Amino acid sequence: MSAYEAIILTIITASTPLLLAAIGELVVERSGVLNLGIEGMMVMGAVTGFAASYVTGSPWLGVLAAVLAGVATSMLFGLLTQTLMTNQVATGLAITLLGLGLSGLIGSGFVGLPGVKLTSVSITGLTDLPYVGRLVFDQDPLVYLSVILTLGVAYILKHTRVGLIIRAVGQNHHSAHALGYRVVTVRYACIAFGGATSGLAGAYLSLVYTPQWIENMTAGRGWIALALVVFSTWLPARLAAGAYLFGGVWILGLYAQGMGIGIPAQLLSSLPYVATILALVIISTNRRLSVINTPASLGQGFVPDR
Amino acid sequence: MQLILEKRSQASSIMNLWSPVLAIFLTIIMGGLIFAMMGKPPLTALYLYFIDPLTSWWSIEEVLVKAGPLVLIGVGLAVCFKANVWNIGAEGQLTVGALMGAMVPVLWGEWQSPLALLAMLCLGALGGALFGLIPAWLKTRFGVNEILTSLMLVYIAQLLLDWVVRGPWKDPQGYNFPKSVAFEGWHLLPMWGDGRMHLGLIVSLIAALVLFWVMRHTLKGFEIKVVGSAPRAGAFAGFSHLKMVWFCFALSGALAGLAGLIEVAGPIGQLQPHISPNYGFTAIIVAFLGRLNPLGVIFAGLLLAVSYIGGEGVQIELGISDKTTQVFQGMLLFFILMCDTLILYRLKWIGRQVNQGSQVNQARKLSEGGAS
Amino acid sequence: MNKLLKAAAGIVLASALSVSAIAADKLKVGFIYIGPPGDHGWTYQHDQGRQAIDAHFGDKVETVFVENVPEGPDAERTITRLARQGAGLIFTTSFGYMDPTMNVAAKFPDVKFEHATGYKRSDNVSTYGARFYEGRYVIGQIAAQMSKSGVAGYIGSFPIPEVVRGINSFLLGAQTVNPDFKLKVVWVNSWFDPGREADAAKVLISQGADIITQHTDSTAAVQVAEEQGVSAFGQASDMAAFAPNALLTSIIDNWADYYIARTQAVLDGSWVSTDTFGGMDANMVEMGPFINMPAAVKARAEATAEAIKTGKLHPFAGPVYKQDGSIAAAAGTTVDMGTLLGMDWYVQGVDDQL
Repeated sequence: MSAYEAIILTIITASTPLLLAAIGELVVERSGVLNLGIEGMMVMGAVTGFAASYVTGSPWLGVLAAVLAGVATSMLFGLLTQTLMTNQVATGLAITLLGLGLSGLIGSGFVGLPGVKLTSVSITGLTDLPYVGRLVFDQDPLVYLSVILTLGVAYILKHTRVGLIIRAVGQNHHSAHALGYRVVTVRYACIAFGGATSGLAGAYLSLVYTPQWIENMTAGRGWIALALVVFSTWLPARLAAGAYLFGGVWILGLYAQGMGIGIPAQLLSSLPYVATILALVIISTNRRLSVINTPASLGQGFVPDR
Repeated sequence: MQLILEKRSQASSIMNLWSPVLAIFLTIIMGGLIFAMMGKPPLTALYLYFIDPLTSWWSIEEVLVKAGPLVLIGVGLAVCFKANVWNIGAEGQLTVGALMGAMVPVLWGEWQSPLALLAMLCLGALGGALFGLIPAWLKTRFGVNEILTSLMLVYIAQLLLDWVVRGPWKDPQGYNFPKSVAFEGWHLLPMWGDGRMHLGLIVSLIAALVLFWVMRHTLKGFEIKVVGSAPRAGAFAGFSHLKMVWFCFALSGALAGLAGLIEVAGPIGQLQPHISPNYGFTAIIVAFLGRLNPLGVIFAGLLLAVSYIGGEGVQIELGISDKTTQVFQGMLLFFILMCDTLILYRLKWIGRQVNQGSQVNQARKLSEGGAS
Repeated sequence: MNKLLKAAAGIVLASALSVSAIAADKLKVGFIYIGPPGDHGWTYQHDQGRQAIDAHFGDKVETVFVENVPEGPDAERTITRLARQGAGLIFTTSFGYMDPTMNVAAKFPDVKFEHATGYKRSDNVSTYGARFYEGRYVIGQIAAQMSKSGVAGYIGSFPIPEVVRGINSFLLGAQTVNPDFKLKVVWVNSWFDPGREADAAKVLISQGADIITQHTDSTAAVQVAEEQGVSAFGQASDMAAFAPNALLTSIIDNWADYYIARTQAVLDGSWVSTDTFGGMDANMVEMGPFINMPAAVKARAEATAEAIKTGKLHPFAGPVYKQDGSIAAAAGTTVDMGTLLGMDWYVQGVDDQL
């Protein structure tokens, strides 16, 4: 494996959990809901996924459990914000807090145990292709899944009736309601999808990235995913680009250190955050990029006027 | 049968009072259940959590020391959130405030006078405010979402502090360990009691009272509430949302910066890589728990401080993981949000057999005035 | 209703009292941890030491610990609490607890304090640390024999003297085998961030390192090594379970003997403030089993460890050259202890700048 292949592989691994968590949040936000609880749902996914795979010995059951845990956590958010009409920002923060705490309690018995790694799926024959063989055809299944999900979300949002409904609900929930769409139900479904992909992202951390359970192992990735959604201006293709860009800056910072360049490590560590802020500025400045897709009723609760 | 929420014609003043009490009550019940599930004696654990910290003067002092920064940052955030300005980065503003204020002892160590301490306090507030103005500027100039920028800036501020204490501001006599010189004399806050209570607690109290007065009795307070709850009405009244963003970030940043400086010039006494156990983030809960009311924030800060001190107690006495403290805080926030729903709405069971049309009409009448 | 309340209060009070009523003649030993005991690294080994006290003294001693105590204003409170609750001996197990420990110790002259890795002492505060660099020298020598590319990757947490000392010692050990051995260093700015440690390991491997070693606390790096088929060393505890094929050996922190000795000293009334910097001679630094290597390499590693243990070999014995080529210790001398404690320079051959 050449050095460049290895670097790209590392970047893909670093970017995939971000992409997974962000693609769900993109759908959630498109439906007009702001869920700041990604970090909490992710970490619940991570611990449940690890626990389930450790107990059953099957990483796939772990992935399934992680998805379910993510959905369950997101439903708590849904219940509060959609049914009880609580403030979405505060509720999202509460989810994060609760997730970090609960996962620590659940996971206390699993710390320091070697996990079961989800193995890569390599497509025989194709991996020998020059340059791209290993990169495209020898990845772990969740990487493929993240790509499929991104493409799927892009297609559904743009070309299907379901996508149209989601966008309508996010754009103007009163009109959508008047047209006969069930605003709250649609939002519940989107929140559940967001929970599922956040759970997947968590599973990626505890089953692929570093196959073990460690408290707070999400280490702020949920927040980065949130930033990526804004960065993407709610477009899946840009989201994928953003995730890989972020992962790239992250890894290349380490790469530069390994080359023996005498830049303070703190400066290199802060680069991804600086890059995110700059990217947000560039995106937000360009009104053509940002305003069109911004869900107009983002973060607002909807009480139906029956 | 179906459970629905029905908007009250006006906010219920009874629920307004009882909602926090109900929330605490529910948290305690759930907490007891969790302890029981973990095989720990629930009553003992709850006693250690919430009552024991208030039974000795020492632990009361510690509760106050812990609550001080939470309240100081929390009141600033409460005003922000009230105005619908989302400063999530108080932790970063705290860090930069501490850094700016620490310039005095680190760079001008010989300057010993009460003025030096005053300068530190001012620099701390200034540093926090300036750092807070970055997201405000990005928001007003470029329209960038302030939740994300203020949060990203937290990581940057912490890395900056890390670099400073490992590099240029490292104590020359410190065997190259990452910390600044120890502050001395007038570079430390006056202390009393068991040696941990400090001037900062009074600063917190004053800040909360002043902001309470401002919110209740001044035009600025009115403006903040209007811009936050009804931006369109605010715009008609000539209130500018953009100016409000600047104001809120400057205010909450300054208070967070002040809190940071108070921590390093008080309980810590020097700069080091870690100066805050996530005060800036916990203060967000404090602000909501205090229901965005400065007086409420004082109580919320004290309540959370009790849960921290009590959490340590159960850890030592019963061997319960420190994660339960986080779970408690999360649940508390959940329940307070849920219970606050009951201020504006009432729960109602509607039967399938009832004439839905008339019910619905009634509900619609009551919900006049906007649902968003 | 009133009666009910009183009864409830009575139950609560009674159950609470039963908790704090702990036999007074027992010695209570308190521990303050920076991380969770389950980190499988630094805190894990301290907790192993605590459990060793429990096992050794049985009913005579009771141990308590507080985990995840941040190195800020909270540390002083937590230490005070342990002292107030009757602990007679308190171990504070992270550098950042130094000043809080000193402050609390001044207020509790009858309680004995033991602070790990610091340099401030008083009548009732001892310091202790371990010469982990001795282990680093041994693994450096192994690395140079096992490496095909002649390049090792070193994942550092923070450039503090302890870590820099380890890097230098590793390279000095490697240079005894291969004078041109290269060492690449990546700082992850954290003691414990598995994701970042894993990334760093992958980057180092892609840059040609076929040996990975780390001065961070998680097992992520050895897992990556296992996956990518390069060799690795365990840090703080035996990490063989995480990399059965990649792991060559581990440097193990063994605090048990020291903790038992100090607890015994308090029980005997013979405790005095000391400064302990124990190495292989005191079993404070131990090498894990040498595995996955040819017999010759293993034999040499064992010989080196033995030589260090008996004092025949000092990792920083001269001539030692700094990165810029200036001499740090001439032949026949060793780098002195003060310089080692505050080490902020690399030896010649490190591919990084401080």
